[in-house]
Order: sequence, then structure tokens, then C-alpha cells
Amino acid sequence: MSMMKIFDVAGSAVSAQSQRLNVVASNLANADTVAGPDGQAYKARQVVFQTVLMGEQGHNDSAAGVRVSTVREDQAQGRRVHDPKHPSADADGYVTYSNVNAVEEMVNMISASRSYQNSIEVMNTAKSLMQKTLQMGQQV
Amino acid sequence: MINRLTSTLDFQTRALGLRAERQRLIASNIANADTPGYVARDFNFAQALQQANGGGSSGFKLADNAALAAQTPDGGNGSAQPRLNYAMASQTNLDGNSVDMDRERASFAENALKYESTLRFINSSVKTTLDAMKSHNQG
Repeated sequence: MSMMKIFDVAGSAVSAQSQRLNVVASNLANADTVAGPDGQAYKARQVVFQTVLMGEQGHNDSAAGVRVSTVREDQAQGRRVHDPKHPSADADGYVTYSNVNAVEEMVNMISASRSYQNSIEVMNTAKSLMQKTLQMGQQV
Repeated sequence: MINRLTSTLDFQTRALGLRAERQRLIASNIANADTPGYVARDFNFAQALQQANGGGSSGFKLADNAALAAQTPDGGNGSAQPRLNYAMASQTNLDGNSVDMDRERASFAENALKYESTLRFINSSVKTTLDAMKSHNQG
């Protein structure tokens, strides 16, 4: 039943995109976090998508879902601001903020939200097609 | 005898199966719109339907057409399998993904519509058969 696989494929995309949205949300929430006593500020995280084949055994090439393979931390240096009066300032008077780029995160969020909507629409279409298939030959 | 009644439906059944197959393929493309390195795939529907019909009368071949056998290096074969093609990226991008969302959305809508029209063809052909079986005084 090949139509049934559409729900698996689109469902995997929805769950991957929602994980991406989750990561974007934590990045945005921590956009202004300063470094703790250990000097380590929050590092922006990015999800990495990977294709996962979900067809039947033997010929599983045709249905390709997606999953989050890893969540990677951005290793860039955090934003450093000179503010000697800040309680978290270091010996030179600099405060290290997280390395989150708010503009990038907003773009990422919009992209994730659009992809999410697309997958939902795919599922809705597949659902209505299957319903019509079930009624085949009935109300003719 | 019952063969004759149902053989008209065979063509539409094959078309419907291929439509479902293509729907799944496009769903996979849309799901992988953000996956780095993913290459979108599709097949030529007219060619696939011709192949499915020309593959002899040994019945419906779609059950085992899902594999990408025609394209795998070890060279599987199968006359009734749709040949999957790889889509070229319409705009170059750095992550190597060749899914063009506009094209996929258009194909998805087109394929859904044609799936439904095939369903309607089947429904009306069932209706025709039923009408032919009715006796004259059954209304």
C-alpha cells in the first residue's frame, strides 16, 4: 500500500522540522545569555538533516523520509562587549555573550515553519485521496 | 467471462497504482527539501504507464516496482518498473540539495488531481457495468 507510506514520510519530516524549530527557539531564548563563571557562553545549535529510507524490505529506495542525525554546536567565538561594570565581566572588562545570530535564527525559523506547513499539506492531500479511494465504486 | 467485465478496469488500476507511486515519490522530495545532498527524483508517467501496460498480461506489476532497480549499479531489471530520474537543481546551492519546492508543489497538486480523475474513471466504469447488469424493470 504505497499511499500509506506518505504518512510515514511526511510524519518524519514534520517531526524533524519541529525539532529544528525547537533548536531555533532555544537559540533565540539564549541570544543574550552571558558567560557563566566558567567563561563558557551558550553556543548556537544547528540540526543536521539526513535522509532515511523507509520503504519495504528489499526495495526501500522509493520512500525517503528525513531525520535529525546530529545537533551541532556552532564553535564560533561568542560576542565580546566591553562593559567593566557588568557583574560577569572578566579581568579585562569584557563580557562574553552567546554566539547566536538572531537574524540567522529568524530566517531558520521561517524556513522550518514553511517546510512544516508543506508536510502537513502533503498529509492532508494523501488523507483525502485515500478517503476517496475507500469510497471507490460506492456512490456512483 | 468475468474477466471480460473487469479487464476494462485493468488499465485504470495500473494508472492509479502509478499515480500513488508518484505521489509517494513527490512526498519524499518535499520531506527532504532541507536535507543536504538530497537529489530529487521523479519518473516519466506516460513512459511508466506504457511500460506497465506493455509488460504482458501477467497482471499488476506494481507490487515489486518500488525498487530503483533500473538505476542500481548491480543492474536489476524489470520491464514494468518506472524508471526513476534525478532532478537537476534549478538554482545552484551550496548544500547540494536539488529539490525545487515550486516544482514539487506543482507536481504534487497535479498528481493529486490526476489521481482523483483516475478514481472517477474507475467509478464511472463500475457504474456502467452495474447499469449493464440491471434488468429493465429494476429502475
